Amino acid sequence: MKRIQTIVTRDLKQSAKSDGCGECQTSCQSACKTSCGVANQQCEKLSHNK
Amino acid sequence: MIHQYQLNGYNIVLDINSGSIHCVDKLAYDIISLYETTEKPLIISKMLNKYANVPEIDEAEITAVIDDIENLRKTGKLFSADDYQNSAFDFKNRNTEIKALCLHVAHTCNLNCQYCFASQGKYQGERALMPFEVGKQALDFLVSASGSRTNLEVDFFGGEPLMNWDTVKQIVAYARKIEKEYHKNFRFTLTTNGVLLNDEVTEFANKEMHNVVLSLDGRKEVHDFFRKTYDGGGSYDLVVPKFQKFVKQRGGKNYYVRGTFTRNNTDFTNDIFHMADLGFTELSMEPVVCAPTDPYALQESDLPQLYEQYELLAKEMIKRKEQNRGFAFYHYMIDLEAGPCIYKRISGCGSGTEYLAVTPWGELYPCHQFVGEPKYCMGDVWQGVTNIEMQNQFKLCNVYARGECRDCWARLYCSGGCNANAYHATGSIAGIYEYGCRLFKKRIECAIMIKVAEATLDSTVTE
Ligand code: SF4
Ligand code: SF4
Repeated sequence: MKRIQTIVTRDLKQSAKSDGCGECQTSCQSACKTSCGVANQQCEKLSHNK
Repeated sequence: MIHQYQLNGYNIVLDINSGSIHCVDKLAYDIISLYETTEKPLIISKMLNKYANVPEIDEAEITAVIDDIENLRKTGKLFSADDYQNSAFDFKNRNTEIKALCLHVAHTCNLNCQYCFASQGKYQGERALMPFEVGKQALDFLVSASGSRTNLEVDFFGGEPLMNWDTVKQIVAYARKIEKEYHKNFRFTLTTNGVLLNDEVTEFANKEMHNVVLSLDGRKEVHDFFRKTYDGGGSYDLVVPKFQKFVKQRGGKNYYVRGTFTRNNTDFTNDIFHMADLGFTELSMEPVVCAPTDPYALQESDLPQLYEQYELLAKEMIKRKEQNRGFAFYHYMIDLEAGPCIYKRISGCGSGTEYLAVTPWGELYPCHQFVGEPKYCMGDVWQGVTNIEMQNQFKLCNVYARGECRDCWARLYCSGGCNANAYHATGSIAGIYEYGCRLFKKRIECAIMIKVAEATLDSTVTE
């Protein structure tokens, strides 16, 4: 695919196959305190495996 | 659903439901935009027309791109369906254990910042310090309400938490005493304006605080305009050296230097660059939260400039990183490979369900931004959550509960926005704060562009 480059990302559909474990950080706690956003959170399981 | 945009010379295509990101050239970009609505022969003739001056773009070339797109579709990386909406997620009955508390240890402050959403730390109420007994009970409540969750977050917030520092230390000591027994891991955060930072606080915080948030608005004149002492002077000269010393001693542990921007500094990138030039590398800068009638409130007419600022910031960050003097900006930190799972992405910020705020008197609120709104009181640390009706309302706040979010390309990056902002903007936690959405979407586009730029650095895919 010379005209399309796919960046490596976590496959969200795959992630639906296991339950959310809930160990990750609560969204706005600990940082901005005035907005929501999950994109910049890390998965507790995956980031430990890195 | 897909979202396409062009930024900084990149043509970017997001496949929303799979989370896939593609960086494409102009031809592929155009074909993707037609793909779902236009028959193949028509796409070919349109492209032949449009690229008539580009000899290498012939029918075979266009067909090859269409085949690539079709392959991506088949493998679920483009035009993938939204399987989440009707599937296994039963929001109302989902089990939400409480795993984070924001302890308002001091409803009082030693600065008198005009824009403070907590009105100088008092949250429209009385000045107060949280007694240790309340903090201790809050931890007991958290341990028992958190079920099988191991990682528990506790944030020392205010007002200014250093004004109740002895209690903070006692609470931490208590947590360290009980965490083994209950198989918990407490992670503490301290948010401070820096006025009372000293060696003793630094040493303790660097040992015990998982994260520390240091409030600084940027350039001296910007910071001092709002962040004043009670005698009316600015606080920049007082806190900056303390923050610099603190960060130096922090030894790589998490911290953020966090600022607020208002209508008075819509060129806020200069404040971010100023922070970076002071030697800070973990930065956050938030749009002010205030009434639309406040003179410093951001307005519709500011948006074009704010967009431009976010783009400028992204480009500068790419540049500085290449020069080995990079910094992190909270809203541009995006972990594409180890980011959150789908459950997290659709279930909202957690306020009122996984996350509660505790007042100095031990009352529970859905989050720190609801403290001071008596009708949102949910219970207290002795009896736990007693306002189940309220908790259910918060449980139901997620991306699929809000019509606007359901059709929004940013939903799986955003998870439905801030309930407090929604409430302040619309009177309902189930609303959306549209202004915030527009800024959010811009920031995500920029954050992803940075990732694309890093991933394609020596590639020729862009033209
Ligand atoms: S950006 Fe706004 S509309 Fe989009 S998901 Fe977030 S809150 Fe909903
Ligand atoms: S409602 Fe807003 S301020 Fe409160 S926890 Fe959620 S995102 Fe944060």
